[in-house]
Amino acid sequence: MSRVTEVWVGLATCGVAAGAELVYSTFESSLAKHNLPVTMKRVGCIGMCYNEPLVDVVTADENRFTYGHVCPEDVERIVTEHILNGQPVNELLIPADGFFEHQVRIVLENCGLIDPEVLEEYQRHDGYKALQRVLSELTPAEVIEEIKSSGLRGRGGAGFPTGVKWGFAAREPGPEKFLVCNADEGDPGAFMDRSVLEGDPHRVIEGMIIAAYAIGAPHGYIYVRAEYPMAIKRLKKAIAAADQAGFLGENILGSDFSFEIKIKTGAGAFVCGEETALIASIEGKRGTPRRRPPYPAVSGLWGRPTNINNVETLANIPWIIRHGAKEFAHYGTEDSRGTKVFALAGKINHSGLIEVPMGMSIKEIVFDIGGGVRENKKFKAVQIGGPSGGCIPAKLADVPVDYKSITQTGAIMGSGGLIVLDEDTCMVDITRFFLDFTQKESCGKCTFCRIGTKRMLETLTRICDGKGVPEDVANLIELANKVKAYSLCGLGQTAPNPVLTTTKYFRNEYDTHIIDKSCQAHVCKALIYYEIDPSACKNCRLCTKQCPAQAISQGEGDHQEIDQSVCIKCGQCYEVCPFGAITIQ
Amino acid sequence: MPHSDSSITGVSNEVDKLLHLFAPFPASVIPLLQEIQGHYGYISETNLTRVATYAHAPKSTVYSVATFYSQFRLTRPGKYLIRICQGTACHVLGANSICEHLEEQLGVKVGETTGDGLFTLESVRCLGCCSLAPVMMIRDETYGRLTRGRADTIIDAYRNRAEK
Repeated sequence: MSRVTEVWVGLATCGVAAGAELVYSTFESSLAKHNLPVTMKRVGCIGMCYNEPLVDVVTADENRFTYGHVCPEDVERIVTEHILNGQPVNELLIPADGFFEHQVRIVLENCGLIDPEVLEEYQRHDGYKALQRVLSELTPAEVIEEIKSSGLRGRGGAGFPTGVKWGFAAREPGPEKFLVCNADEGDPGAFMDRSVLEGDPHRVIEGMIIAAYAIGAPHGYIYVRAEYPMAIKRLKKAIAAADQAGFLGENILGSDFSFEIKIKTGAGAFVCGEETALIASIEGKRGTPRRRPPYPAVSGLWGRPTNINNVETLANIPWIIRHGAKEFAHYGTEDSRGTKVFALAGKINHSGLIEVPMGMSIKEIVFDIGGGVRENKKFKAVQIGGPSGGCIPAKLADVPVDYKSITQTGAIMGSGGLIVLDEDTCMVDITRFFLDFTQKESCGKCTFCRIGTKRMLETLTRICDGKGVPEDVANLIELANKVKAYSLCGLGQTAPNPVLTTTKYFRNEYDTHIIDKSCQAHVCKALIYYEIDPSACKNCRLCTKQCPAQAISQGEGDHQEIDQSVCIKCGQCYEVCPFGAITIQ
Repeated sequence: MPHSDSSITGVSNEVDKLLHLFAPFPASVIPLLQEIQGHYGYISETNLTRVATYAHAPKSTVYSVATFYSQFRLTRPGKYLIRICQGTACHVLGANSICEHLEEQLGVKVGETTGDGLFTLESVRCLGCCSLAPVMMIRDETYGRLTRGRADTIIDAYRNRAEK
């Protein structure tokens, strides 16, 4: 067996949160202790977040052995058995589970395989070759033509053809123009952009330089969320390295093209994902959208022609230039070319980051890649597109994931958050959750969005509290349609989608909440209560000790009893009972 | 630990230094506020006025910006800022029960600071660690796969650290 030469540890935010830093340092000291000539490498997220912390042991002939759920205690064993004696520790290796088999990795091709903080690592994987080709062989018009014929559509949500968008900005007079990378990934449940920025930042920068060349923009901004400190740190480092290497700055690679990139940190406003609001925010103002036209391509940042693309869109560009538009268009469907990155989360076994060809069905994503629903529960729906999206029920699981088909269900493709919901998720509660979000994030400019979302939220809260009335659902739908019609920007136009899709596909859940006053998923607290089954209770008093409200006491006979007037319905007794004696009604 | 903010000369020099990191235009208001908050943990009224004067922007405009964006805090936070994620994945995996548990353990509601000034409990929209849900962040450290018990252990560790 070939000698082990490298140990890679996944150190994106997900890995770090799972404790990977300690695993890394334990490996370092163990390798030093055994005096082993093995290189340690910090890599980004490969997508298998459900197995974090992840460690790859790599041999001289480039075989990769991936260990999952590695604790510091496992390190010594991996070092002595595998690295010293050449015997992989089979019980710690992650089993083949089909996670990668169905994926096509374009945007994520380097994530988890390279050290994102080392420029040479990116270059070894063909980094900046697309830029070299563009600057030496292609005119800006030819670049735009290539992207147009690839069929790439904006990955931020709306799906506007990228090449066409570039064409709009390119035909405006210069020389002052701006290219903005939108990294304000605000959808709760989405972390695609974070993973790309943390795992392969140079790819986004290369995409930006090519886009700027195509439209003739000398200035670039990356607008990134403040909640992503690691992504910001790595971007800064990558920009400095690219600058040093001559990929940024004056006369890039000896051409007459010059381009600089600045980072703007967002300050926490979901609406800033909208182009005109984002521009206002960079200009130092409140992030409120404005009427279009004029479109940013004509009058954007500081009134200059501005082109805004999402992180994932830009991350596709170097690949398309290197492999050609035809090769890219070969993946996906007629109207949705290429791949899409999804953040799989919620009640799913393999939660993490995936990239699939457009047109794959929801069922394949959830079951073949995602490994199905946790604890073998019943698959109820997927929530796609974040708070602007909708819930697609299990009965539509054969729907292919492409722009057209998803829109037909009433949801939207969105930026790529895909949350799996099971039988224990209450659809009224999840709708209330999204409306709570959009109501708080509404900038307040349009009356229908400002007040409409508030009234919808109040209605949904009332239903969850068991105080719903039969006409609530019809009122919700009427208001939802009005908010959709009379709002200026994407936030208001899509905020009603969760209401519209859940009332369409899960009407029965609204009815049980309103008429039967019951929540079948046992989520809405006002509609449930906990009880102790005297025949199953062994009087061990674990629940009594656990109860934070002192609501449980000795009943008449050999069992404990819950005082419903004191119970706060936190469910701790239910979780702690070893005999299953506590039931939810 | 955020520095105390008073009108002693040293502080005003310190603020001046921060202000001069950016050009004196209204467009610098957001990065200026971010810099001040990064240093002091919040934006005091005095500092808000200083930002307005330096950036040549009306104080009302700076205030409207500071209250528009959820990042900015106008009151002093505790030593450890706990940000509990209320994103979709965290929500469906029980973030609410963790949040209620923390409220009970710390004796504060979301948005409040404990009496000893040690902890401020805040909720955030999404920390982007959905695959490790439920998640919380204390200062710049992210903690995933939370249970009530694990959250208690983490809080205790910070409490012990503060006592030392």
